[in-house]
Amino acid sequence: MDFLGILNSTAGFILAPVTIAYALAALGLAVHFGFAGLLNMGMAGFMALGAYGYAIGILSFGLPWYLAALVGLGAAVIFALILGIPTLRLRGDYLAIVTIASAEILRLLFLTKVFDEYTGSADGLFSYNGEFQESNPIPAGTYGFPPFEDTAAMWWVRIVGIIILAVATFAVWRLVNSPWGRVLKGIREDEDAIRSLGKNVFTYKMQALIIGGVLGAMGGLVLAMSSNVNQGQYVTSLTFFIWTALLLGGAATVFGPLVGSLIFWVLQAFLGLLFPALAEQGLLFGLSSIQAAQIKFIIVGVALVLIVVFRPQGIFGNKKELTFVR
Amino acid sequence: MSGNATPSSTPVKSTGLHIGDAAPGVAKKDPILVAHGIKRQFGGLTAVDVAHVEIPRNAITALIGPNGAGKTTFFNLLTGFDQPNEGDWSFDGKSLKGVPSFKVARMGLIRTFQLTKALGLLTVMDNMKLGNTGQRGEKLLSSLIPALWKKQDAEIEVKAMDLLTRFKLDAKHEDFAASLSGGQRKLLEMARALMTDPTLVMLDEPMAGVNPALTQSLLDHILDLKTQGMTVLFVEHDMHMVRHIADWVIVMAEGKVVAEGAPDEVMKNPAVIDAYLGSHQDVDLGAVTGRITLPETK
Repeated sequence: MDFLGILNSTAGFILAPVTIAYALAALGLAVHFGFAGLLNMGMAGFMALGAYGYAIGILSFGLPWYLAALVGLGAAVIFALILGIPTLRLRGDYLAIVTIASAEILRLLFLTKVFDEYTGSADGLFSYNGEFQESNPIPAGTYGFPPFEDTAAMWWVRIVGIIILAVATFAVWRLVNSPWGRVLKGIREDEDAIRSLGKNVFTYKMQALIIGGVLGAMGGLVLAMSSNVNQGQYVTSLTFFIWTALLLGGAATVFGPLVGSLIFWVLQAFLGLLFPALAEQGLLFGLSSIQAAQIKFIIVGVALVLIVVFRPQGIFGNKKELTFVR
Repeated sequence: MSGNATPSSTPVKSTGLHIGDAAPGVAKKDPILVAHGIKRQFGGLTAVDVAHVEIPRNAITALIGPNGAGKTTFFNLLTGFDQPNEGDWSFDGKSLKGVPSFKVARMGLIRTFQLTKALGLLTVMDNMKLGNTGQRGEKLLSSLIPALWKKQDAEIEVKAMDLLTRFKLDAKHEDFAASLSGGQRKLLEMARALMTDPTLVMLDEPMAGVNPALTQSLLDHILDLKTQGMTVLFVEHDMHMVRHIADWVIVMAEGKVVAEGAPDEVMKNPAVIDAYLGSHQDVDLGAVTGRITLPETK
């Protein structure tokens, strides 16, 4: 068993675009759930809009990549408005039901043959990153040292992703530590109390839904920049993975989602390589290596349960600040 | 100022608030809140059916009545937390019909809740700061630039600390509100309401679950509001408290206003005694409101 090789591949995920994408989406979810108390179960939908908006903007409308990126983020704003206007007046659980359904509706719209010309339906969209890579100031070649060794193209994605993540994290940190964030946390605790103090609760919740949604779309954008776009990526389980990353780090924190995503991906990659390797050695009760690769998903599920039961505040959270059981 | 543990001297009662005889719906010399024809039905149940009521300005008015009389529902209707099926009501001459609750609050009509709504996972100080209206930092874009709101926030903190000191919560300002006792939460909610600089404070059972020692200081706080020029309307079951601090008493039963008057007179009213004070607890409420006529028993 090539244990060193496994560790090497695992380490590569520390700076992977997918980790950055998860961190952005989990940060958005932290704004939604951790600070505003909005139970958004449709983060995959927001991410899909970021990715598809970007790809369609370039392929179908010939926009420059940065304008196409804005199209993706704008689509997330519109989605948040459409979702929020009817549902934010309802109790929290209903938002969860509506968001999970809406995200699936979006995905099926991307899948259907009707819009094949724009969405590529089941094949998805690809080869739209040409112009983005033309803006890459790094000369072609391979950079870095193992395990952080990659092409100039991938480094450009990482650099752009990290810049987006840094700016987003700073903005969210500023927001939640301001009087605006105070109102948001108050809404999480008790909407009616905040209403009785003269604050327009609906506006605050809508703003939070939009900000979190745009952060999710940024995550989709980074994913789209690093590979192709396919509706199969934006399934409901993606939402649950983001939730796991968020709860791992701490829902009501700013840096928790980032660290949570990192741990999530490193662990995912490690287990995803470890179990097949073990199976090949015949150490997993006769499971084939393909079967063994699925074990990591079981572990993710068990981990999520254990976090929620034993450490609901996550790694960074204050035990007193967020508990699921009141 | 208030806050003495010993009962303050007999409070100065405001008198001559009404015009004509004290009867349900009597007109006031200077009403701050006028409600007319308010009706709220939940399915077949009529929870509130108030023909006319006026709340006098700069006085302490108690709203009393047995459980299920519709007091809290009436509170919800007046403050925009619920909308009546019919009726008009106005605050300071401005109609409140269809005005959402947060706008009602911004007009200076602040309420507290029967089940205390302290924001448990925020600190006591953050709870207080939330009460302040017109904060620049509460706007999304300006919240990103601390320079725009830091100074105002510091001023709010001084104001909050001053109020917390009056309510003897200053030592707790860094604690989560969830760590406060039930009575302290009542105090916090009242202090938070005062952060909004209200003109009319509506307290829903401010004394429920508060120990007697704290009750006295709460009473002083409420009396204090009047001296500061505010108007108070409160729901309470404790008759001694009502007698002690209220200038005017409105009695509700089965959704209707059944009696009104100065505390001493209203408590002599046989209808009130029957309905509420418990001398004939076995009498059906319907008899008091005149819905049912009971056969003579004695």
